[in-house]
Amino acid sequence: MNKKIATTGNAGPKVRSDCEITLELKTRRGVVIDLTSKVKALYGESIKSLCLGLLKFFKIRDAEVKINDSGALPFVIAARLEAAIHMLVVSDREFLPEMLRENRYSTDAERQRFSRLYLPGNMPSMMINAGLHSADGIILDLEDSVAPEKKNEARILVRNALRQIDFHGAERMVRINQGETGIEDLHHVIPHNVNLILIPKCENRNQVIIVDKKIEEICKKLKINKTVFLMPIIESALGVENSFEIARASENIVAMAMGLEDFTADLGVPRTTEGKESLYARTRLIIAAKAASIQPIDSVFSDVGDMETLRQNVLESKALGFEGMGCIHPRQVPVINQGFAPDETEIEKSKKIVIAYEAAREKGLGVVAMGSKMIDPPVVARAQKTIDLAVRLGKLAQNWVKEASSEKNK
Amino acid sequence: MGPKTVKNAAGRLVPLEINGEPVIPFKGIGKHRPQGGKYSPPVPTCSDYPSDGNKVVKSLEVALRKCGLRSGMTISTHHHMRDGDLISNKIFEIASSMGVKNLVWFPSASFPCNDPVIKFLEDGTINRIEGSMNGPLGRFVSEGKMKGTAVLRSHGGRVQAIQDGEVKIDIAVMVAPTADPFGNAKGTGGKSSCGVIGYAKADSMYASRVIIVTDNLIDVPCYPMEIEGNYVDFVVVTDKIGIPEKIVSGTTQVTKSPDRLLIAELTASFLEKSGILRDGITMQAGAGGTSLAIAVFVSEILKNKGWKSKFGFGGSTKYMVEMLEEGQMGYILDAQAFDLDAVKSVENNPEHIPYPVFNAYNYHSKGNLTSMMDIMILGATEVDLNFNGNVVTHSDGYLLHGIGGWQNCLHARNVIIPVPLFRDRIPVIVDEVTTLCGPGELIDVIITERGIAINPLRKDLLKSIKGSGLPVRTIKELKEEAERICGKPQKPQFDEKIVAAIKWVDGTVLDVVRKLKTN
Repeated sequence: MNKKIATTGNAGPKVRSDCEITLELKTRRGVVIDLTSKVKALYGESIKSLCLGLLKFFKIRDAEVKINDSGALPFVIAARLEAAIHMLVVSDREFLPEMLRENRYSTDAERQRFSRLYLPGNMPSMMINAGLHSADGIILDLEDSVAPEKKNEARILVRNALRQIDFHGAERMVRINQGETGIEDLHHVIPHNVNLILIPKCENRNQVIIVDKKIEEICKKLKINKTVFLMPIIESALGVENSFEIARASENIVAMAMGLEDFTADLGVPRTTEGKESLYARTRLIIAAKAASIQPIDSVFSDVGDMETLRQNVLESKALGFEGMGCIHPRQVPVINQGFAPDETEIEKSKKIVIAYEAAREKGLGVVAMGSKMIDPPVVARAQKTIDLAVRLGKLAQNWVKEASSEKNK
Repeated sequence: MGPKTVKNAAGRLVPLEINGEPVIPFKGIGKHRPQGGKYSPPVPTCSDYPSDGNKVVKSLEVALRKCGLRSGMTISTHHHMRDGDLISNKIFEIASSMGVKNLVWFPSASFPCNDPVIKFLEDGTINRIEGSMNGPLGRFVSEGKMKGTAVLRSHGGRVQAIQDGEVKIDIAVMVAPTADPFGNAKGTGGKSSCGVIGYAKADSMYASRVIIVTDNLIDVPCYPMEIEGNYVDFVVVTDKIGIPEKIVSGTTQVTKSPDRLLIAELTASFLEKSGILRDGITMQAGAGGTSLAIAVFVSEILKNKGWKSKFGFGGSTKYMVEMLEEGQMGYILDAQAFDLDAVKSVENNPEHIPYPVFNAYNYHSKGNLTSMMDIMILGATEVDLNFNGNVVTHSDGYLLHGIGGWQNCLHARNVIIPVPLFRDRIPVIVDEVTTLCGPGELIDVIITERGIAINPLRKDLLKSIKGSGLPVRTIKELKEEAERICGKPQKPQFDEKIVAAIKWVDGTVLDVVRKLKTN
């Protein structure tokens, strides 16, 4: 590495909560920091001392640091400077901000995944409040939303975000890149309590196995005793054809998602709102996922201004058998969450079925009947699932059975 | 050395004299009760005015000269042309060319289009501004460059100062979208229609001399008149009083920011679940993106429940007009129209009523419209652990906004301040506000994207919100979360020199702004 100057981060009239840092290595005169910041009066000293600490950590004694700050939080400034350092100095060291206690949770394989919100991995302004929008999952994306020359700095930013941003219980997900770059991504994010890794453009089971093995290896080395779940994304005709073997490639796979932008491109057809062109692929993916006992998840809906069509799309998606959908804007989250949640009619019907089943069981009857209709065990199981979900979403009281019977007695 | 100061009832150090005049330190809310009569302007005699009622003179300069413009006078203007104002700057150009010095400019608000007056502050034409200070003007003042001390008042406080003689207006230059030769004037009609000129009434009644400037002169009578011709000395007709697209925005917009929408949703949900929202409520919300979003969510709730708001107090926007037209609001009482839909509505809908702030906000009125309001949605640059609010300075100490009607609105039954917990790393909830503009005892609820803080004085609200599932937290918890995320900010460094005084609605001095140390 003979380079002496590196620039990282973002600046410009529209950039918020970020900074651009230019680091120039020098041979004498110590560290000079040139700070331009809208929060200089409030945080000028703390920004400078953060940078000095970081340079000292990497044993850099002489350098010029030019910072153009638009209100970046400390973990962002640290990520930008560390990325610049790594571009100029060979070092295995990582300057890790504190891991928030709130961020140490793990998630269940079966947990609800109605909505998962994509966040561009190199855009801090969108990350800071992401956890407040009630998405089931937050995806820090290192793949398509990050320009190739920004992959390195995005990794460091995402790593710091995983440690410093409270996502309020959302499943902590990272979408890695394809191939070698993706494997390199894992080294940066797995040690920081990632709950789930999204594997893009999956076309065969090997892609999953390589990622799974690498994660296992990293966890073993760092003595991490938590399962990192996997969600392969199917984005091509070949992927669709191989979807069942992909779904069963690892026991850590909990869900499989559809990526329709790339899929329709692969087919060479435009993506339409009705989605006739992808109906076969989507149902095929659903069946593969169900057959492998994992959750099938639908593609994102890309018109963030059209909530009505999104609502219709969600209902169709749910009717096909999907159990969740990606979001590219926080305002899509409530629409998707409400869409996938059981509605009043479903809940009422399920209540009746479960009550009838309980009554039959108490009487020792082998056959459950509701009116003139016989109810099969799978119907009861599905009704119970709906009830559980409704309770979890707060749409039904925990003691609904009691409430239902007391209402009857009134 | 700075001036001698005393601690006022809010614990702030304030001077006893500003711009050479004695002032009264804040005594507590509702404590200050001036005695005696209201100020009265000189007695005119009608025979001194043209018997044919034609008061039109050739130009603004002629009018100013006839009004006896000279050094040291106080000149008032209103802000209904907003950022499209073409007249205010011209007054000082004329004054400057006449060699007049040391004027006091007393606008009801200033806008970026008024930044050129900085050169008249520099050349001594203007001694000081008593009004709002935005953008570059605010910086100019904060850096101690203005000769006199700025005085910031609320819209109601401005009327109070006029009525009790604290400010004596020598010449009021009132632009009017439509006027007649006698001086009757209104906010509608013509090419510069702004809907309402609700801030002009007090100036026209109490100034020694009144000039109407219009670009739409019509025959007598200009009706319904918001300014009455019998208060007016001269009428000036000019090509253009304002730039139409800057007078009112084409359309005001609900925020698109998902974070602000979240705050708005939480606010509407709070209003519903706390029981504040009910049939027949009265409400006021501003024209900011978040306020508009709250109005939209509240309107939804009213519609679903079949409820109706008795009346709303403007600044009006198309969202208020929609509520009026669709039956969620009985009337709009309006001091200013913010967008074209609102202007059209004032012109055409008899239930959309021009209502001067003179009646709504004034400390010397016999009653207070704002104390009759149930819900008041306000903004703030900072709120502190005692629920005190700041609207004029930022945490970096720079003066950047006016008070507007904010202080007056604090008298509503439920004052709700929806704000982000921090703006680009700048915490909004702080230990102590940089500048005190509103005492915490009047501020009831702070709603942020990370939780709702209810003033402990509002035990009723704390009780009614129990079990609602809303994220209620203490203000201290919110402040600590902001600091955890942003870091603890340094305090800006001030000199002793006082650059601006913050008046309370009763004319007493609530706080001061000091010169920033610049290095």
